[in-house]
Amino acid sequence: MEKSIVKVKPVKKATNRRQFIKLGGMGVVGASLLVACSNDDNGMAMMPDPDPNPNPDIFDLGQGDLGVLNYAYALEQLEADFYTKVVNSFYGNITDEERQVLTDLYYHEVNHRDFFKTAITAAVDGNTDLVLPTLEFDYGDLDFGNREQVLTTASVLEDTGVAAYNGAGRLISDPGYLLLAGKIVSVEARHASAIRTLLNPGSADFAGDDYVTTDNGLAAALDPSAILAAVGDTGFITTPFTANNLP
Amino acid sequence: MDIIKFLDGFTNEALLEGKPSRRAMFGTLGSLGKKAVLGAIPFGLATMPNKTFAQDSGTDPVGALQLALTLEYLEDEFYDLALQSGVLPSGRPETVYMQISKHEQAHVDFLIAGLEGAGVTPVEKPTFDFTAGGAFDPFNENGVGQETAYAQLLALAQAFEDTGVRAYKGQAGNLLGSDFLTPALQIHAVEAMHASEVRRLRGLKGWITNNERGAGMPEATQAVYNGEENVIQGGVDVTTLGNDAPFGMEASTEAYDEPLSGDDAVAIASLFIVSE
Repeated sequence: MEKSIVKVKPVKKATNRRQFIKLGGMGVVGASLLVACSNDDNGMAMMPDPDPNPNPDIFDLGQGDLGVLNYAYALEQLEADFYTKVVNSFYGNITDEERQVLTDLYYHEVNHRDFFKTAITAAVDGNTDLVLPTLEFDYGDLDFGNREQVLTTASVLEDTGVAAYNGAGRLISDPGYLLLAGKIVSVEARHASAIRTLLNPGSADFAGDDYVTTDNGLAAALDPSAILAAVGDTGFITTPFTANNLP
Repeated sequence: MDIIKFLDGFTNEALLEGKPSRRAMFGTLGSLGKKAVLGAIPFGLATMPNKTFAQDSGTDPVGALQLALTLEYLEDEFYDLALQSGVLPSGRPETVYMQISKHEQAHVDFLIAGLEGAGVTPVEKPTFDFTAGGAFDPFNENGVGQETAYAQLLALAQAFEDTGVRAYKGQAGNLLGSDFLTPALQIHAVEAMHASEVRRLRGLKGWITNNERGAGMPEATQAVYNGEENVIQGGVDVTTLGNDAPFGMEASTEAYDEPLSGDDAVAIASLFIVSE
């Protein structure tokens, strides 16, 4: 059975699916990112196919540490591209604080993205067939001139990034890569906190009950399949790829 | 005050050579833990890895979790006392501290349950002194005044949260292959969310630039930030990846948080632990 391919899908609202990251006052666009962990299991949690890449025309992230690195690279490409668009045309009446935060996030994510490209290329001895290609993106109806849409989307991306790294840590076998993931995930969590406060100043949302389980104080952690299903549902990433060898 | 010397003295005398101290407990558990946990492993969180525990610092999952629990005890008591002190202004500061306090309490409970589930006796809660021997008065118990006390309350919270982030990160390798890894990462991220908010409550960025402790932070907290200026990630100098702002020193250091060794984390916590 072929697993999900991240590809263009119409942006749609999550209606009947459980939201893994609940946001108050949802904007229109971010909603479709929120649909991982749904009940309508479409088989993505199944065992890997006998043929690890049944569709050789579509890039597969790979397995083991390489698969995790390519997976992180995909998410960092999305974040970097999103913030690049944000800073290239800031929404109107942006505050100084919002401008500073969004500019820093742009810097950090671009740095992460280019770091992964370099690190993965080195890890595979320059065999670029094994490195996730540069992805293309389409934000559909997302209005970069609209503060709430931009910040809400940023919030979902950061929350998703944190849950992704938290869930991927156990898939890493090299301590060096694990440490690198740790160095990055806490910065993503710092971002998530900042964006959440921009959206709801003075509240407890910086580490809100929607994201941190109240009785154990743990933030979200999700498998790649759940994350990629959610990202796929946004339609933001238009370059197809598979994650047939990741859980 | 030469804080490094002070810390060294403290750790050496009180922790290394003192009575059954935290450090001694870490050490004992560090070496005991391997066998103890291997014997007790088959349930709950503590599924054992099929690989060796040997790590640079000689610690293992149990040592890592005992360190984490000690830091969580510290944070939990700090926020409890802060909320009781009458120093915190209502509104955002109180809201923020209440939310953080809730999480730190949950982390203490979670770690105790995890250790006990693994058949390990959790470290006992140390006796804390948040004045650090009289250097601070964050709860305004000694008459420093509300304004100064509040400033110290915020500064200490920042130091504790940023320390927590670094300490958990430093233990990740010791949890590799253990079922404790994911929950530890989940706590690690929450500490980072706290840190970001407390820093912004103090008027700073939510992330750490170079090794700057930030405006208004006592020099005593510099140990929390030393090493954050690192730009070599996975053997790559990330400042060489490009020529524009995303690859400058500031962005390149902000974009990656650095780990603290267990010894360094213990040294920082020891400032606030009363030797027995």
